[in-house]
Amino acid sequence: MSIIQRSLEWARKHSTAVQLIVPLILVGVLVQMFGSSLLVNVYTFFCVSLMMVLGVQVFMGNSGILSFLHVGFVGVGAYASGILSTPPAVKAMGVPNMFQTLVDLQIPVLPAILLGGIVAAIIAAVISYPMMRLSDAVGVITLFATLIVFHVIMTQWDNVTNGPRTFFGVPEYTTLTVALVGALLMIVLAYWFRESSMGLRVRASRDDRHAAAATGINVVRARYAAFVLSALMAGLAGGVWAHFITSFSPKAFYMSEMFVLLSMVVIGGAGSISGAVIGTTVVTIAREVLRQVEASINNAHVLSFEVFGLTELVMAILMVAVLIWRPQGIIGGQELKLSRFKFKKKEEVSNV
Amino acid sequence: MINLEFVINTLSLGSLYALLAVGLVLVYGILKLVNFAYGEYLMVAGYAIYLSAIVGAPWWATLIIAVAASMLVSFLTEIAAFRPVRTKSMDALLVTSFAVSIFLQNVVLLAVSPRARAVPLPDFFSKTVVIGGAVLPLRNLLIIATTAVVLALLSFLMKKTVLGMAMRAAADKFTTTRLMGVPANFVISAAFLISGFLAGVAGIFWVGRSGSVDPLTGAAPLLIAFIATVMGGMNSPIGAVVGGFVYGLLFNILSITLPASMISYRDAFMFAIVVLFLLFRPEGIIRRGYTEERVG
Repeated sequence: MSIIQRSLEWARKHSTAVQLIVPLILVGVLVQMFGSSLLVNVYTFFCVSLMMVLGVQVFMGNSGILSFLHVGFVGVGAYASGILSTPPAVKAMGVPNMFQTLVDLQIPVLPAILLGGIVAAIIAAVISYPMMRLSDAVGVITLFATLIVFHVIMTQWDNVTNGPRTFFGVPEYTTLTVALVGALLMIVLAYWFRESSMGLRVRASRDDRHAAAATGINVVRARYAAFVLSALMAGLAGGVWAHFITSFSPKAFYMSEMFVLLSMVVIGGAGSISGAVIGTTVVTIAREVLRQVEASINNAHVLSFEVFGLTELVMAILMVAVLIWRPQGIIGGQELKLSRFKFKKKEEVSNV
Repeated sequence: MINLEFVINTLSLGSLYALLAVGLVLVYGILKLVNFAYGEYLMVAGYAIYLSAIVGAPWWATLIIAVAASMLVSFLTEIAAFRPVRTKSMDALLVTSFAVSIFLQNVVLLAVSPRARAVPLPDFFSKTVVIGGAVLPLRNLLIIATTAVVLALLSFLMKKTVLGMAMRAAADKFTTTRLMGVPANFVISAAFLISGFLAGVAGIFWVGRSGSVDPLTGAAPLLIAFIATVMGGMNSPIGAVVGGFVYGLLFNILSITLPASMISYRDAFMFAIVVLFLLFRPEGIIRRGYTEERVG
């Protein structure tokens, strides 16, 4: 078999990952070459969001447990990576109460981002094992309560995070290329986990946890693996985000941001990686358009008052609409596959 | 430390939290939905007071309007958002309630203002009385009295009327209840109306404490109701009431005993307690009847 044939065979077998990765690279190259700076910015932000969304999807999509907590891991990654890579002089000025050892610390950006992800994964590994026993509403509430604990610590621990005030001076590092590579890496990770035996076990527990347990799957351990991996991914995404935004406060890792993340996951369909990519695309475009509309309404001065919150308002309506008409998301929990185009589309899995 | 002032303050805080918690639990019992939009019903009550004060309504009318507005919004969100999603997955319901919450917040943001608005309340809210040497705001005593009346009415409704019995049955086994001929939409609408009523009453006292209302007013009471129900038990209104009082007590004790440097972490402690409760006693303080399985 020639190399071309072999790679074609490989691409067919892993057509989901290939079909998601190729367009992302193509659009990335096009935007980089021909796009305006605004478009480059939007696409970079899209790639960073995609990293976060895939982090959420690895846990939520595979285990079926709605997670409010992941935006907290994004925050952990952002703060860890920001603190590790910001020059000491900037930290000494910007965060007056910071521990001296943290102030003196400075490492290059890339290892800082990786360490940020690892810190998030370690925190997840320490706290989450007992939570993985909880399913359904109770599990959701526990994760939500933990997010609040995260938020309180971030806003109050001013020796580390500068409290509720803005943490600024994070070196800029995330270009379109960095974000794109990050997003592709996340797709590969998410895909690898999904197809791995552990991923299969988690998905089995999502569909019927009693049947899964009966076939000898340790449901708690399987969920735990998914959770720690997804926290690692969310932490990495947070680091990349921090080096894109360069200044942030704990507010960025709370309810409203979480709602944006969740809307991306839910609108596309939490059950699949393709759903996460499509959801992120749709929501990013919709938000960008709405923001332009809001800005042009405000700039045109046709109204006597400033328009605030229109974007969120419309997003909320859109989200409820999607949940009413397609509760499984736009592509209904399926992955894009080459075979889909040849044969008749499979019946959707309906949820009772 | 434990004097009359502490007792009354704890009781009044507990009463307010109990009201909040019961409103949340009524809907949870039937739909198994943790309604994230619940806090926004309180916010609506606050804005209703603000608006009716602009119009110049007398204070009793203002209070009625506030409660009515809260009930109306609760009812409308049920019809428009929760009803169509109800038969879908539970995640869909949860996310919907989150979306409704964001929606309501942004409606007032857009329609009124992102800034806080002062809420005028009748004079007797801010008066103080002296009982046994302790100076107490009259408001605190009013909360206790109001809660007692409201909870008595509610327990009469739940125990003695057909509607109440239907609701309790629905909270245990919704499908069986429907098979017995109880209309699902009716019971759920009733639960949302009562939930809105409780939110409205609690909302009056909530905005009465700070004297102002802004689009994010609903966040704090939602979280409190949340903790209280989890601690007390999510399967019965009694559990919610107990949870409310336990929360008030814990909150006051933590406020007194935590060293000054840790006081700002109080909320983290409260939520850590919630997580512990969920892990070790997910059915809450009051264990009652059928509980959902939870271990995966």
